[in-house]
Amino acid sequence: MEQKKVKRKIRSYPIVVLSVFFAGLFGVMLIYISYYSYAHRQVLMNNSYNTRQQILVKQNSRGTIYSRDGDVLAYSQVDESGAETRVYPYGREFAHVVGYSTHGRAGIEYMANYYLINTSIDLSDKVALDTKGVKYPGDNCTSTLDVALQEVAFNALSARKGAVVVSDPTTGEILAMVSKPDFEPSSISAEWDSLLQDKSPDAKLLNRATQGLYPPGSTFKIVTALAYIKDHPSDYDNYRFTCSGRFTIDDESISCFHGETHGSEDFTSSFANSCNSSFANIGTGISRKVFKTTLDQLLFGKDLPLDMLYSKSRAAIDESTSVGDVMQLSIGQGATAMTPMHLNMITCAIANKGVLMKPYLIQQIKSADGRVIKSYSPEVCRHLMTQEQAATLTGMMEAVVEQGTASRLKGLSYTCAGKTGSAEFNSSSSDSHAWFTGFAPADDPKICVTIIVENAGSGGSFAVPIAKRIFDAYFGAE
Amino acid sequence: MELYVTEISKYVIALFMFLYTLEGFLTFRFTTEKKRRGLYIRQIICMFAVQLSCFIQIIARTGKPVYLFFFIFQIIIFASVLMLFYAIYPDGNRLIINNSCMLLVISMIILSRLSYDKAVKQFFIVTASFLIGFFIPEIIFRFDFIKKFTWVYAAAGAAAIGAVLLHGAVTNGSKITYTIAGITFQPSEAVKVLFLFFMAGALCEAKDIRRLFIVSVVAAIHVIILVLSRDLGSALIFFVIYLTLVYISTEKLQYLFTGLFFGAIASIFAYRHFYHIRVRVRAFLDPFTDIAASGYQVSQSLFGISSGGWFGLGLYGGSPRSIPFVEQDFIFSAIAEEMGVVFSVLMALVCVSTFLMIMREGYYIRDRYYRLIVCGIGVAYIFQTFLTIGGGAKFIPLTGVTLPLVSYGGTSVFVTIVMMMVVEGICMIRTDERFKAMERRRQQSGAKES
Repeated sequence: MEQKKVKRKIRSYPIVVLSVFFAGLFGVMLIYISYYSYAHRQVLMNNSYNTRQQILVKQNSRGTIYSRDGDVLAYSQVDESGAETRVYPYGREFAHVVGYSTHGRAGIEYMANYYLINTSIDLSDKVALDTKGVKYPGDNCTSTLDVALQEVAFNALSARKGAVVVSDPTTGEILAMVSKPDFEPSSISAEWDSLLQDKSPDAKLLNRATQGLYPPGSTFKIVTALAYIKDHPSDYDNYRFTCSGRFTIDDESISCFHGETHGSEDFTSSFANSCNSSFANIGTGISRKVFKTTLDQLLFGKDLPLDMLYSKSRAAIDESTSVGDVMQLSIGQGATAMTPMHLNMITCAIANKGVLMKPYLIQQIKSADGRVIKSYSPEVCRHLMTQEQAATLTGMMEAVVEQGTASRLKGLSYTCAGKTGSAEFNSSSSDSHAWFTGFAPADDPKICVTIIVENAGSGGSFAVPIAKRIFDAYFGAE
Repeated sequence: MELYVTEISKYVIALFMFLYTLEGFLTFRFTTEKKRRGLYIRQIICMFAVQLSCFIQIIARTGKPVYLFFFIFQIIIFASVLMLFYAIYPDGNRLIINNSCMLLVISMIILSRLSYDKAVKQFFIVTASFLIGFFIPEIIFRFDFIKKFTWVYAAAGAAAIGAVLLHGAVTNGSKITYTIAGITFQPSEAVKVLFLFFMAGALCEAKDIRRLFIVSVVAAIHVIILVLSRDLGSALIFFVIYLTLVYISTEKLQYLFTGLFFGAIASIFAYRHFYHIRVRVRAFLDPFTDIAASGYQVSQSLFGISSGGWFGLGLYGGSPRSIPFVEQDFIFSAIAEEMGVVFSVLMALVCVSTFLMIMREGYYIRDRYYRLIVCGIGVAYIFQTFLTIGGGAKFIPLTGVTLPLVSYGGTSVFVTIVMMMVVEGICMIRTDERFKAMERRRQQSGAKES
């Protein structure tokens, strides 16, 4: 009895405390190491200072990139000596979005690099290839890209500079992404030096869809309108304005595009007519706090949920912003700049009842023998606005088509909703970039298109026709 | 064929390492060495299975017969160490000696892969260390006059590291080595043992707060010399030894917290005043921004750990040589890369089980002096392991200490083997204590009967 009591008495608390402490510390550390090394393995492998890539490149031939329908967008050709050449069957058409893998990496070649250089074939296949002295085939990547839509967008943009983004608003899949000027991906190695030394504004290697920062012009009125609806939830419908072609506060004035006068307008017709005067008035009527929260919620100046390289959009307001700058902001001019991809995401959220789906380009990774290694599925990213707000904006964007600046999309076999823009990029001239962002069908959106054509003129005349060709191709209309 | 061998052996290695580690922790279920015997024998089988599969991998990949001979020599040495130890010291703790041999086996495997010359050199040092080390348990057990030289240890230790600070060679930004007759020593490793003996003796004598203060001053001198030598890792280890021994000896948590408080103040001071400390902290917080310079080591180490995946790239499958000082400071990353994260985590758990076994011995021994030494060794061992693994994995800032028994480095492996042998000696003293207590009880009950 007594002996048992003695045994139970703790002889030294410090030793117990120290043992438990260090054992716990190791537990936490080892879990951290396992987690960190697993979760960051792709980022670490893709780091240009990591020489281990070379081991994989030597051992495996780079995997193939497919379109959503199984067309080959990029593959590796291995000659007898084992030297690899990367072949891009569609050439310039997919140049930016599929990217390149020599001299650094871009596009899908960059995003899927980890899988393309790794192999998941069976051990027995490896042994068979070893005896033949052939490299193991890397894993293949199936993208979300649609060859037909990409082709239409590519041809529609013709020789112009600009960008097109086509996506499915309900899933976040990117169906097409074009940026011009472009380059020939198969010969990028040979042309690399001249591409880098090219100091002209062409910037052929820049993917304008995700990295090009443009003044959004009138397309930004979607944002201004949303901020106004948030600030005046019950009475925005009562808004009235008489446009005389110019709106002035404290010597600061805003004119309508090409000196037009729109006369008496309400909230929706101001939007449909893309009336700068009215929107300068609307912008100054929004509480700056609400305007700022709206910009924050729409991810201006913030990281976008994208896996590819992109630029952050700029749009800001606070208590110290001058009235003139607020008016410029309201019509998407001044210091405001955004990428076509970002505008496409906001449009998608409107089409998808306020919910932004995470945009993605890679659908599936499969091993060379067809086993699925990883699947990507639609993922809710965040709520950018309420369902009611999205419905109101959709209604206004339908009005743009029915009675406003995008009337070329009226009376088709499908209904569209959208917003045009003619963004002035040079304060000394009236040259403008042509914008259009919109979706169809308006009541059950399936496809969302954002277009910018640099230095073309008005959005209604130059961007909307491109949108029409893409919508026609998608819905099979002629 | 070669591919089958290397691919399958990856999983075999991990499996045997798992079994080994499991057996190690199962020993804690039993109180006596006798009952643990079966576990120990299974551990030894697993150990040689790991060694065998690794060397099959090495030979399959390199095709060099020289590795076969090296492997046979290793088996002979490790098998004799294990057998001799059991024969000479049946009362010693076999988990500690098993684990030490397991870590040395891993060390020889990964060093063979990284640099054959270094592996051979290390192998000779390990053999010599065991030859010397075998006398230590007996010395500890027989001669308790070692308790009397408390202040001599302190003076000798401080003088040795002080001399290094004054005359030592500058290596890797830290003045930490002596070179005598072509052999380079790292005195701070050896002084660690002297410091442990000093702390244990001084704390046993220290009855009042005045004496405790004197001990603290002497400890502080050691730590300050090491900080000035830029040997941050050792300075931290000495500080932690000091703190834990004061805590174990006084059993007062407030002393531990006071010490940590002063330690925190000293760290902030050091951070503000030493540029090289700020560089280390910055490299810890974000190694990738300045990857070409200050962040290079840590990011290469992280590339290594993560590229191996759960079961590793197989020996010779990765490129651990791209990590600077891989044999010393980043051996853990090399192991993770080629033998897998699973294996390296299990190896760290083997270290933890060694630590827990040492602390358990410290817990049960009655003699205060030996308790302090055993626990001091346990904490010094596990803390150094923590510093090197954590530093290379970006869990804590890098301090540049070796992984005991596994890293390349003669002084480090010799001192660690000595420390483990000291623990074994103290295990024998504990067994003796228990035996004597039983004897006393028997005599008492015998006296009552008569």
